[in-house]
Amino acid sequence: MAEIIIKNLRKDFGSFNAVKSSSFTIRDGEFFMLLGPSGCGKTTTLRMIAGLELPTAGEIYIDGEEVSQKPANQRDIAFVFQMFALYPHMNVRRNLSYPLVSQGMPRAQVKAKVAEVAGILGITDILNRPVGGLSGGDRQRVALGRAIVRDPKAFMMDEPLGALDAEFREHMSEELRALHDRMGATTVYVTHDQLEAMQMGDKIVVMNHGVVEQFGTPQDIYDKPATMFVADFIGSPSMNFLRFQGTVEAGATAVSLNGQTLGIPEMREPRDGDLVFGVRPEHVRLSDGGGYRGTVQATEYLGTTQIVTLDTANGPLKARIGSDQIAKVGESVGLEFNPRTITLFDNQSGRALRSDLNEGVLNNG
Amino acid sequence: MSSYSITEPSKRQKWVAGVLVILYAVITIMPLIWIIATGFKSPADAISYPPKVMFEPTLEGYVNLFTTRTRVSPEALQALPPPATWYEGIVRNRDMVIAGPSRYGERFLNSVIIGFGSTFLSVFLGTLAAYAFSRFKVPLKDDLLFFILSTRMMPPIAVAIPIFLMFRTLGLSDTHLGMILLYTAVNISLAVWLLKGFIDEIPREYEEAALIDGYTRFQAFYKVVLPQAATGIASTAIFCLIFAWNEYAFAVLLTSGTAQTAPPFIPTIIGVGGQDWPAVAAGATIFLVPVMVFTILLRKHLLRGITFGAVRK
Repeated sequence: MAEIIIKNLRKDFGSFNAVKSSSFTIRDGEFFMLLGPSGCGKTTTLRMIAGLELPTAGEIYIDGEEVSQKPANQRDIAFVFQMFALYPHMNVRRNLSYPLVSQGMPRAQVKAKVAEVAGILGITDILNRPVGGLSGGDRQRVALGRAIVRDPKAFMMDEPLGALDAEFREHMSEELRALHDRMGATTVYVTHDQLEAMQMGDKIVVMNHGVVEQFGTPQDIYDKPATMFVADFIGSPSMNFLRFQGTVEAGATAVSLNGQTLGIPEMREPRDGDLVFGVRPEHVRLSDGGGYRGTVQATEYLGTTQIVTLDTANGPLKARIGSDQIAKVGESVGLEFNPRTITLFDNQSGRALRSDLNEGVLNNG
Repeated sequence: MSSYSITEPSKRQKWVAGVLVILYAVITIMPLIWIIATGFKSPADAISYPPKVMFEPTLEGYVNLFTTRTRVSPEALQALPPPATWYEGIVRNRDMVIAGPSRYGERFLNSVIIGFGSTFLSVFLGTLAAYAFSRFKVPLKDDLLFFILSTRMMPPIAVAIPIFLMFRTLGLSDTHLGMILLYTAVNISLAVWLLKGFIDEIPREYEEAALIDGYTRFQAFYKVVLPQAATGIASTAIFCLIFAWNEYAFAVLLTSGTAQTAPPFIPTIIGVGGQDWPAVAAGATIFLVPVMVFTILLRKHLLRGITFGAVRK
């Protein structure tokens, strides 16, 4: 098992810049998520770590060794492909033993190892079947088995659950996480599904347009987004952005929106101009006492909670409130925001302003 | 019509289609049957008019194909001891004795060497080139591919004179190597294009998985890509072999002795001791066999090969 350090990694395809100077560290044993919309460079980053693409510039350290220009077969890592990529001309057993054969492992040992892995994944009964007729879940297990059979330094997974149907995905993601906890192997996992990333990951890197937007634990990324992109991409519904003109001083604990004073975490940097008041839907409360007002546009019933869409002087806003609370469409209601959870952004750069809330996190990213 | 189905043709459609197919099959197979039948006719039956459908089969054509014979006087024939073999008997019925084997065996062997040699070389080089074109960033890839294809845009025989001169200068005239190289050069464009299509269809992930699993690029190619491309390789090999095997014009022009293939040799049989049509037909019949066997062996692949790309898997 190994620590993976990425330093100023860059990849160009001709004139297209797929990954721009990414840096982050994956600690030993971490379940690490590379998250972002399609085309953001996350898969390219993963493929560079695996050695399937060579970076244009930058360094990759696996277990302390610089490997950025080494071919994949010398890196001792395993890769689980989205479409599984099981060898179609081999049966399950041969698929599993193939990585061991390349190492020149004696046949008896290969057999024992394959049996062990098949036991872990519960695929002992299909070992002699051709891979062609397997169900999606079984293929996924075989692909995982092929990855873990070799005890590699790290696992790379490229949207491994992407080809499964929704119901089975849930189940497989639990299985994957359990498998990781059991083996304690460093895992790098690419996904565009923010829920999956939050659910499974120890750490998340959020990428967009080839740039690392933020890097941290799921909680930090959710509660303390470093950029408006992250705030928007993570969470469903995503963070509300109330745009306003104003000035904040270092040490300020409130801002003025539409004539109303709203509490914020203590600011650590001053800013003046186009600002954005960011608040998560669950930190919005509908209360008659609130001075800041909005008009209810729509409600979505979700069982225990409901999503209320409101129109405010600073733009649309969604609130997640208990479904027992009554919100009538067209009604004007007062709104309260939990001041400790607010993030202010600079509208031009999209970056979060430093405050008591996020200071530790921003220095990290 | 009581019921109508989009996928299932009606009875009448099936009937008409069946008749058309049988008619077509009969028309295409007629010359083949003619040749095979003629090989077993006596020279008199072979040229009789109207043609004989029923005839007494004889192996004379085959005996004549494989032997050279000299005519002897009936007295000398009487003086000889009785024929030792059945084929000697056939020859003596015509007042002749066997002088020695003909050159057909050698020519046939030349065809095998040159046909299969050039097929192997075309497919081998074609697979490597197609893999590179399919997987790697090759500078000017599209131009190169077009250039390779363009070599097929004219009949190869159009460049017969330059090739003839080139072969003479290089000492390749009438050599096995020369003919193998020539047929390979003609076939390689077909091989590259056909195989590139097949290899393009094989997902890259298979090789990448093998690379990750600790294999080198070449091992991944050899152990993962090649088995997947077997269908394409087989059908490409059939196409290449059929061309190299049947090629006549270059063979006439560039070979005369040691490396002469069967196609230019077969017509020369006509001149030996009258127009020996049964021997010519026998030569053609035997000549058919290897390609037929090869094609039958690989016919499953061939079917898939001809229709490849039509249905996405």
